[in-house]
Amino acid sequence: MAHPVVIVGASMGGLRCAEALRRFGYLGPITIIGEEPWKPYNRPPLSKEVLAKEVSHSAVAFEERSATADVNWVLGTKAISLDVEHNTVTDSEGETHPYAALVIATGLRPKRIVVRNSELSNRFALRTLDDAMALREQLQPGKNVVIVGGGFIGCEVAATAKKLGANVTVIHNAAHPMLRQLGEELASQLQLRHEAEGVRFMLKRSVEDLIGETKITGVKVDDGTVLDCDVLVEAVGSIANVEWLSNNNIDRNDGVLVDSAMRVMRKDDSPIKNVFAIGDVARFANPIFDHVPRRVEHWNMPTETAKRAASVIAAMLNQAPNYPAILDDDFRPLPSFWSDQYENHLLAFGLTSLADRAELVAGEISGECVFEYYREDQLVGVCGIGMRSVVQGYRSKFI
Amino acid sequence: MIKIEVDMTKCQHYGQCVFEAPNIFRLNSDDKLEYTAEADDSERANVEAAVDVCPMQAIRIVE
Repeated sequence: MAHPVVIVGASMGGLRCAEALRRFGYLGPITIIGEEPWKPYNRPPLSKEVLAKEVSHSAVAFEERSATADVNWVLGTKAISLDVEHNTVTDSEGETHPYAALVIATGLRPKRIVVRNSELSNRFALRTLDDAMALREQLQPGKNVVIVGGGFIGCEVAATAKKLGANVTVIHNAAHPMLRQLGEELASQLQLRHEAEGVRFMLKRSVEDLIGETKITGVKVDDGTVLDCDVLVEAVGSIANVEWLSNNNIDRNDGVLVDSAMRVMRKDDSPIKNVFAIGDVARFANPIFDHVPRRVEHWNMPTETAKRAASVIAAMLNQAPNYPAILDDDFRPLPSFWSDQYENHLLAFGLTSLADRAELVAGEISGECVFEYYREDQLVGVCGIGMRSVVQGYRSKFI
Repeated sequence: MIKIEVDMTKCQHYGQCVFEAPNIFRLNSDDKLEYTAEADDSERANVEAAVDVCPMQAIRIVE
């Protein structure tokens, strides 16, 4: 029997890749290996509405489609090594999986802060469903919640924790929360809206030390302030899960470098024809912006890159005559993100973080508004609070 | 025919679906989502793409 397409990573990207393989006419076996015990689920609600309610797999699970009913799921199992010479993946149970094509979709894990007393309990990060379940139990009225990191996840958790009645302080290393993505004007406006809800910000600050015996009771900030703390949430960015790919001559300096067909690149800049990377872990150039390979951690990227990889894999394994043409297809997915914080619904397209200036183009800063983001004269992004139709209207300017 | 359901308790009217299946989904003048609940089979691929891009995962194709 033919070897399967093996997808490592049982998250949204892995699932969408399996579905797209079927849609593009690949009928052979598919194996999906995932470290978490759960079938794929949607992560963004974990910091938003799900965290405010009862957290469960069924609340966030992706609907299963009949096309992928015969996928072989290997869950609760971690891929630990890859051998691109022999086309095999070895998992944490010691099993070796030969593949016809491999899809690397191992995503990210949260960075943690480095401090003394790091063994104290009640430190949380938020990436997985299990993380959200553990954190949800702790977010109770009156609890002192300290969030390190004022990016989107940190701010969403702040809004949710506040809604649940906790006392919330955010320690952030920049001058405003979400500054890198939103620019000064919009970021400072959102800061005001958080402050109006009662969230306290300590800006251009970092954690110096954690205080407590076995459980955290306080956080010492680098200006000397000591904050009471029952729950510490660390939202300080992520690290790509690429360690298991070692010894394969793969460029894995910040994620995995791939070409426009999502094929993994060797260090000598040649693609490995049957090894692909998708989602948060894939670093690729997007001609919408320039030719610099980047990892883009926006929610729609796993789906876009999964479909791209699947189109190439299906054509390759089916020996389709148009395989060379499919390899050469243009790939320019438009990044998109959204965020819900209180009644502020943000929607953005492009890569606003590339911008050197932002311009208010619709609405009013105190209410609903839309900003354009420019890198020199190039429009690189748009972001709105509300005003969906206006923001949506920008898609055609990028695509 | 396919049947389409949108969970309006989940939908936040982001309108991502509108671009994948413009014959089925639209934002009205108040920026609220409206949709057609039944469509021809030829729309299936578009509606599946709309399901994929919905940030709230509020869209279902009822089999």
